[in-house]
Amino acid sequence: MKFDRAARRKVFSNGMTVLTGLSIVAIMVPLVAVIYQVVSLGGPVFNVALFTQGIPYPCTPHPGVTCHQGGLVVPIEGTLLLMGLSALFSVPIGVGAAIFAVEFGGERRSARIIGLVADVLSGVPSIVVGAFVYALLVIYYPSIVFSTLSGSFALAVIMVPIVTRTCEEALRTVPNSVREAALALGISRWKVTLRIVLVSALPGIVTGILLSVARATGEAAPLLILLGNGCEHPLQGITQEGCALPLWIYEGATSPDQNLIALAWGAALLLLVLILVLSVVSRMTLDRMARRMRGE
Amino acid sequence: MALSDDSPTKMEVQNLNAFYGATRAIQDINLKFSDRKATAIIGPSGCGKTTLIRCLNRLHETGPKTRVEGSVLLDGEDLYLLDATAVRRRVGMVFQKPNPFATMSIYNNVSAPLRFNGRPSREELDAAVLRSLKQAALWDEVKDRVDAAATSLSGGQQQRLCIARALAANPEVLLMDEPCSALDPIATAKIEELIAQLKHDYTLIIVTHNMQQAARVADDTAFLYLGKLVEFGPTEDLFERPKERLTESYITGRFG
Repeated sequence: MKFDRAARRKVFSNGMTVLTGLSIVAIMVPLVAVIYQVVSLGGPVFNVALFTQGIPYPCTPHPGVTCHQGGLVVPIEGTLLLMGLSALFSVPIGVGAAIFAVEFGGERRSARIIGLVADVLSGVPSIVVGAFVYALLVIYYPSIVFSTLSGSFALAVIMVPIVTRTCEEALRTVPNSVREAALALGISRWKVTLRIVLVSALPGIVTGILLSVARATGEAAPLLILLGNGCEHPLQGITQEGCALPLWIYEGATSPDQNLIALAWGAALLLLVLILVLSVVSRMTLDRMARRMRGE
Repeated sequence: MALSDDSPTKMEVQNLNAFYGATRAIQDINLKFSDRKATAIIGPSGCGKTTLIRCLNRLHETGPKTRVEGSVLLDGEDLYLLDATAVRRRVGMVFQKPNPFATMSIYNNVSAPLRFNGRPSREELDAAVLRSLKQAALWDEVKDRVDAAATSLSGGQQQRLCIARALAANPEVLLMDEPCSALDPIATAKIEELIAQLKHDYTLIIVTHNMQQAARVADDTAFLYLGKLVEFGPTEDLFERPKERLTESYITGRFG
């Protein structure tokens, strides 16, 4: 009887190990499948032309007709421009809010409200953010409704809560003894904050900014509303219709033409690589910060 | 209360009360610190020693929900009517745990108070760093590597670096909050030697829970218990002829 129970326990234990192991396989499958699909379909167009040429004339190969592969210069430029502009708008606001919350808010209610606002804002669906910016601009500044600038406003709204939260965390990792040491030297509150605490927290802040940029780079929904369609010709100014990699993935993938579909897979692969690089760089910055904190 | 000798008063605490929220950590304290003497503040853990000296450079008020009542006179002027930042340049502080700026080199740590409070020339910085490191008895150990990270130093060296950094600001008074409690006996002996040197030039106020240390380094000693000043006088008198029974039982180790 005793032996039986032990045997049952062993069967149950082994069974559960197998089940949990299977669930690990189950979560790996979509990841591997997505990467495999994107690499195998995007790989063939991942060449120099991808980075040097514009969107080609739509074409499907048939006997007697060869199509241009074309390239993603315009979506790449558009995405870089969007990343730069949206970081320009969101970083000062996010860092400023975090400084207020951590360094000056203290126990005050306003400090906690900043965190709450950031959490709620990060929960707002990005399409809603896009619709909001659209509605606002239609009323107040109709000439830039469809532009790189309006797209970057929406991305900035999406980035602000991420920057705020990660920056708050980075500032909180700076030990209070650093602030007190600096204050006790007769260094003014603002200099302590900007030139000592902020500098100590810089790697964490940079990581937060990179993460928020990575998040915004893959964002398509608000750009579908706001960017217009500037993909087919060289990129104009920031107040003109723009283009971005996610937007082009949508346009190319839904087109009937073979070369545009292939290019959409190229854009998907490029976007994956871009976000991977951003994540790795931000992780490396974090590691470096951790090492420095340990005094290595 | 008669102090160790008739040297002039540098700092005077009058009816000082300090609060954390509704808790009164310091109650009606009156004290006088003599110019260029070392005064020790002793007492059991939680008696308010640290809170008391944090009121002397207006650091107590930087914490959340804190409040100070009463006055602290520095050369007859009430600190609490002056600009807090200016006060902290005149009243330096060394903390219990060495807290050099981890992101800065040895040189940049010591020169920090000058660099952040003006635009000194390289020569001025060099001179201040040299003087401060020598005063803190650290120069010989670090002169070949002042650009190394401050965190590469040992604990005792880091504490002397913090003393050098405080001295670089040219304070008149130096507060030391249990400066040796995180250090080994050899590092402690070095800091105590340093205290004996420094009191020729600075008014020193040292919090310690180590009574032997107070007896070794201090000219005057104040004994605090439960936020109140129990006894204050020349160190020798306090340890050998305590007037209060509470003092006597504390220094003979019957509690604390």
